[in-house]
Amino acid sequence: MARKVVITGLGATTPIGGDVPTMWANALIGVSGAHTLTADWVAKYDLPVHFAAKASTPATEILSRVEAKRLDPSSQFAVVAAREAWKDSGITEVDHDRLAVAFATGIGGVWTLLDAWDTLREKGPRRVLPMTVPMLMPNGAAAAVSLDLGARAGAHTPVSACASGTEALHLGLELIRSGKADVVMAGGAEAAIHPLPMASFSSMQALSRRNDDPEHASRPYDRDRDGFVMGEGAGALVLEAEEHALARGAHIYGELAGTSVTADAYHITAPDPEGLGATRALKAALFDARAQNTDVVHVNAHATSTPVGDKPEYTALKAALGSHVDNVAVSATKSQTGHLLGASGAVEAVMTVLAVYNRKAPATINLENQDPEIPLDIVTTARDLPAGDFVALSNSFGFGGHNAVIVIRNTN
Amino acid sequence: MASNEEILAGLAEIVNEETGLAPEAVEMDKSFTDDLDIDSISMMTIVVNAEEKFGVRIPDEEVKNLKTVGDAVNFISGAQA
Repeated sequence: MARKVVITGLGATTPIGGDVPTMWANALIGVSGAHTLTADWVAKYDLPVHFAAKASTPATEILSRVEAKRLDPSSQFAVVAAREAWKDSGITEVDHDRLAVAFATGIGGVWTLLDAWDTLREKGPRRVLPMTVPMLMPNGAAAAVSLDLGARAGAHTPVSACASGTEALHLGLELIRSGKADVVMAGGAEAAIHPLPMASFSSMQALSRRNDDPEHASRPYDRDRDGFVMGEGAGALVLEAEEHALARGAHIYGELAGTSVTADAYHITAPDPEGLGATRALKAALFDARAQNTDVVHVNAHATSTPVGDKPEYTALKAALGSHVDNVAVSATKSQTGHLLGASGAVEAVMTVLAVYNRKAPATINLENQDPEIPLDIVTTARDLPAGDFVALSNSFGFGGHNAVIVIRNTN
Repeated sequence: MASNEEILAGLAEIVNEETGLAPEAVEMDKSFTDDLDIDSISMMTIVVNAEEKFGVRIPDEEVKNLKTVGDAVNFISGAQA
């Protein structure tokens, strides 16, 4: 019998709230974190997209100046979210050799890398600061969290584009099940609202161009969706072996009952139109959780609001859940937060855990005319989930054909 | 040309920016490693910023000789002359 893994702490810093209570309150109301960017680089580079969903509380307002100086913005978000989750877990004593970190990112320290490149070109190699590489490395966030908590059972960085955050939970579950750790700080962080990724995502026609109306730009499943909205921030979850949590009388939000990761091997950016990889991930995650498809009451969908992306997820859900898909309350919280890339899976895991714990599915905003080819039951106004035992899913898919699914089971 | 007092004040500002140490803690006889607890990466960051601020070059092989704040002030002062 595999060890059971429960969730005992939550943290988040997002475009709709700088902590979990604020984010969750807004997620139930349904607000948009997307706004016109005021940074001078938008005009300087004449970017085709002028808006994004910035973190509502800058990490530099929370961290000390010296702390922030040594961390890329993505790692700053990671530390902020991880500290909130750790405090929420109430853990006061832990065997640090049995505490691991699994903290993902999609892009890593892009600000640090490109600022240093500017310095090199303008001022020469002598002016490139010695902390440049430790700040830009993709494992910077995991390392910063590990240092902060004294986590010595390994500090891992799953990297699978927009599936990274969900893959961190998959890895966290494996670390505890296999006995390599008792507690894992799992999460994801991203800070890529930078002209280069913005320009690249624009040129692949992935970003919404609704410059005159940013708040309504992220509209998953809507007939008039035209791309995703860049977001930033971090999510963090304390995963704990059930016996470890029970022994210390911990408050438990729910069980991380199962996970799965698959790859499409179909195309570098386009999702498999039949959603075969996603279907396999969904089925395998339910199997891993020993759950039936009819146990599923809620899905936090990947649903980025791109014209080509939203439909294959529906196809996969239908294939995995069968006719039961009609009974499932689907929330697309990226409509509110924008797309946090490598952090999105972690933030959406926090949302899913809260949905299960509070028996309440968060709102999907901006759905005015539902795409008739995606006849899912979309939660447009926060909705109660049923009484009794059930599971909820959170899906993430990433460039490279990565599919990751987690299953959360109620414990209350 | 900056006086030694001005160099010390400028250096204290750079150290404060990097480490958060109060500028008045940065005194001539203080050792960077033993008294101010500055690690090698912070030291190199301070050196790079000092070069920029004072318009001098502090060769890598010289950095190991800058044990105290006074050593750094004197080196910068000499390099400016």
